[in-house]
Amino acid sequence: MNALVYGALVLVALGGTAVVLTRDLVNQAIVLSLYGMALALLFLVLQAPDVAFSEITVGSAALPLILLVTIAKVRERVP
Amino acid sequence: MTPRIRVCLFGFGALVVGALLLGGVDGLPPFGHYRGPYGDVINAVAVDERHVTNMATAVNFDYRAFDTLGEEYILFAAVTGLALLLRQGRGEIEDEPAEYAADRRVPPHGDALRGIGLLMTAVTVLVGVYVVLHAHLTPGGGFQGGTILGTACLLVYLSVGYREFRAVSPRWLLDGADAAGAGAYALVGIGTLLASGTFLLNVLPLGTTKSLFSGGMIPVINLAVGLEVAGGFILVFTEFLKDTRKPSEAKRP
Repeated sequence: MNALVYGALVLVALGGTAVVLTRDLVNQAIVLSLYGMALALLFLVLQAPDVAFSEITVGSAALPLILLVTIAKVRERVP
Repeated sequence: MTPRIRVCLFGFGALVVGALLLGGVDGLPPFGHYRGPYGDVINAVAVDERHVTNMATAVNFDYRAFDTLGEEYILFAAVTGLALLLRQGRGEIEDEPAEYAADRRVPPHGDALRGIGLLMTAVTVLVGVYVVLHAHLTPGGGFQGGTILGTACLLVYLSVGYREFRAVSPRWLLDGADAAGAGAYALVGIGTLLASGTFLLNVLPLGTTKSLFSGGMIPVINLAVGLEVAGGFILVFTEFLKDTRKPSEAKRP
């Protein structure tokens, strides 16, 4: 393991903890997106670029966006 | 159950799960030591056998193309199920999201946002098409490229608006892409079965390694996957975004 892998692992651990500790739903979706980026970075330094690609598009863009839209819809109904 | 018993129960469970987890991690091979023979075999033979340079794509769309067919239909079934649940039923109408309600004023998007958004959309479409087309040469493939093409449409929604988003990705196009992609994969399988007697055997000419037209069947089913993923992905987002209600119900504020 080299410094890059250690760094990416630390980022993933911090990111996961941050997602759990964020209480506001909208903020949590944004932090989840950052966590997805950290995971993608880990996959990249572990030489799995195909998986990193999927993680960037799904984990850091698609999933947080769907969450944000869903949160917005739910808030419409409960003023 | 008193809180005290709950904590005791949790402590017991945490100890057992923690011990199992630590034992499992202890039994892992050392970091960077790959034990299975398959990866090394693929790395050694795939370039010669299939004329492709991305081993992940060679495995996904050739050596275990049948498994990938199953995965494609998992996605297809998931998207279809979601559309069944969220699409308007009998007596319901499809409406625009609440931000278009007459009594609601949403500030228009600024010119800078629209300009940068459209520029980013163009770049994203280009990257998505590149990633789909070069699946057998460089990292990425139909799934990754398809989702990138999906995010390009989401950029239109975020930077310009819902109406324009629906205009660039109408439902007939999304339904068609999703179904055509899923169907094309199975048709390639049936075609290879008729031609060779083996389902999803790579019978097409392999071409020159490192050229765009190489790998035989691999780019064909990869393209089908790209089409299906892009269509299905935007379809999911559209179903989440739009408003479905009965005509008698008031538009939600």
